[in-house]
Amino acid sequence: MIWFFLLSGIFLGWSLGANDAANIFGTAVGTRMVRFRLAALIASIGVVAGAVIGGAGTTDTLGSLGAVDALAGSFTVALTAAICVAWMNKAGLPVSTSQAVVGAIIGWNLFTGAKTDLRVLGNIITAWVASPIIAAVVAILLYHLARRLLRRFPTHLLELDAITRAALIVVGLFGAYSLGANNIGNVMGVFVPAAPFADRALPGFTFTGVQQLFLLGGLAIALGIWTGSYRVMTTVGNQLFRLTPILALIVVLAHSIALFLFASTGLRNLLLGAGLPAIPLVPVSSSQAIIGAILGVALVKGGGAGVRLGVLGRVALGWLATPLAAGLLSFVALFFVQNVFDLRVTQRSATPAPLATVQSQAGDSSPTSPLRLSDSDE
Amino acid sequence: MKLLFRQSRETEAQIDEYLDLLIHGGLLFRQGVKCYLDHRLEEFEERLRELRATEKRADDLRRTIESKLYLHTLIPDARGDVLGLLESADEVLNMITATLLRFSVENPELLEDLNPLFQDIADNAIATVEAMVGGTRAYFRDLAAVRDHISRAQGYREETNRVAETYTRTVFRRDLRLSHKNQLRYFVTHTEKVAEDAEDVCDRLAISTIKRYI
Repeated sequence: MIWFFLLSGIFLGWSLGANDAANIFGTAVGTRMVRFRLAALIASIGVVAGAVIGGAGTTDTLGSLGAVDALAGSFTVALTAAICVAWMNKAGLPVSTSQAVVGAIIGWNLFTGAKTDLRVLGNIITAWVASPIIAAVVAILLYHLARRLLRRFPTHLLELDAITRAALIVVGLFGAYSLGANNIGNVMGVFVPAAPFADRALPGFTFTGVQQLFLLGGLAIALGIWTGSYRVMTTVGNQLFRLTPILALIVVLAHSIALFLFASTGLRNLLLGAGLPAIPLVPVSSSQAIIGAILGVALVKGGGAGVRLGVLGRVALGWLATPLAAGLLSFVALFFVQNVFDLRVTQRSATPAPLATVQSQAGDSSPTSPLRLSDSDE
Repeated sequence: MKLLFRQSRETEAQIDEYLDLLIHGGLLFRQGVKCYLDHRLEEFEERLRELRATEKRADDLRRTIESKLYLHTLIPDARGDVLGLLESADEVLNMITATLLRFSVENPELLEDLNPLFQDIADNAIATVEAMVGGTRAYFRDLAAVRDHISRAQGYREETNRVAETYTRTVFRRDLRLSHKNQLRYFVTHTEKVAEDAEDVCDRLAISTIKRYI
């Protein structure tokens, strides 16, 4: 039964791999700078490593937003997020897995009566808005740096081509690591409080249940990369702005840095240690970070000419529409799972109570109950 | 990755060799014309043979480079421009060879007193080709220098046209057979065409250079 419940997370991971790997290797594969098999291999290694090694930070944040504590609840939350992503993808709307998952978790909070920590939610929303802006700023800086370097150290076109390919692979690995570290919380985060796996003692180290979950999620993303990303990489690339391999390198690096900033526990500790404000560890949208980076380059290169402004509007719409749609869907689905299939979607007390309201106090954990049809439903 | 860098270095060397052949072809043309004007016909024929071999070698090398660029998917974003440049540069070498071959086939009766002018036309045409080759090399290695080479090429082409016009005007004002005048004009026009073809490559080069700036 555990494996059945995990299927929705695996599906979400597959979907993430199929769509978001194109953000990292799309231009490289589309322009044939890097072969698909090599790109898929590098991306898979990076994603799994990022998920297992660096996935804890963003998962904790999602856990603070809503600790989905029953497997059926986790299943429903992940499934509704995945359905929402798939549906919005089909409708041609820019969709973020992060936003869908956050929306679905809030839907769970509302349904079960758990409180939504507005401070955490505020951090998450700030990160969503900030990540494309950070990616754009980093891309602009990298663009100027690359231009200076190329002028200062003239390199033969063919040599530059070889260096660019090598750099695309290295940066792609970093991008995949950042994607895994930042987005594994979306894929498996909702299953963490339910803790379906026990820790395993292996020679030299303990393979924790959470790491096992993340490994599974990472493998699901890798499966998505191998089986679903080729079409996206070869057809979707360059939709927003035409990129040369060097520009693609800049854009992917900027995107990866943005994702890494919002995923790295080490960096967060470093900033806190230096007495600086810490960057919240939040799962952000890889697609929106890449759009930000592309816009940055487009702005500095041609004053923004050639950029489809409609895409920007649709991104902003996605910020609003995705969590709303996912939240609503999650709420309705949880209702069905609990009342039609008679599965527990939370371990919380089953005392009837009105629909929980969003609490503004962080850490306020006064007991509330899941929404039921009536007392007789018990 | 090692293989990729090796492929790149090999192709780089072949492109350099190809451009060297263009320079060598230009020198042979210049020497060939001089030999013809000095009535050293055996030496002229030797230069022509060497030029034809150079042209064939350049053709083979260009095909090898083109195949490599496609086979190993090198420089995917600039490949079309590079292939276009190499092919149009090849046409310049073809024109050089065809012009010198015409001397051998038609054995034109050049006017002794105008020979320095004719040599001047040939020298300027080849200087245009050399500037074009310099620009092409810079396109691969040092984009900032391309513009200077293109300006030089334009200057030499203009000088070629100016001297060619002087030569043709002088010829047509002399009391010669019309067929003789026409033949001399034909050779001047052919030599001028070398410079014009080289300038066409430079025009293509200017656009390709803009596209390479990030």
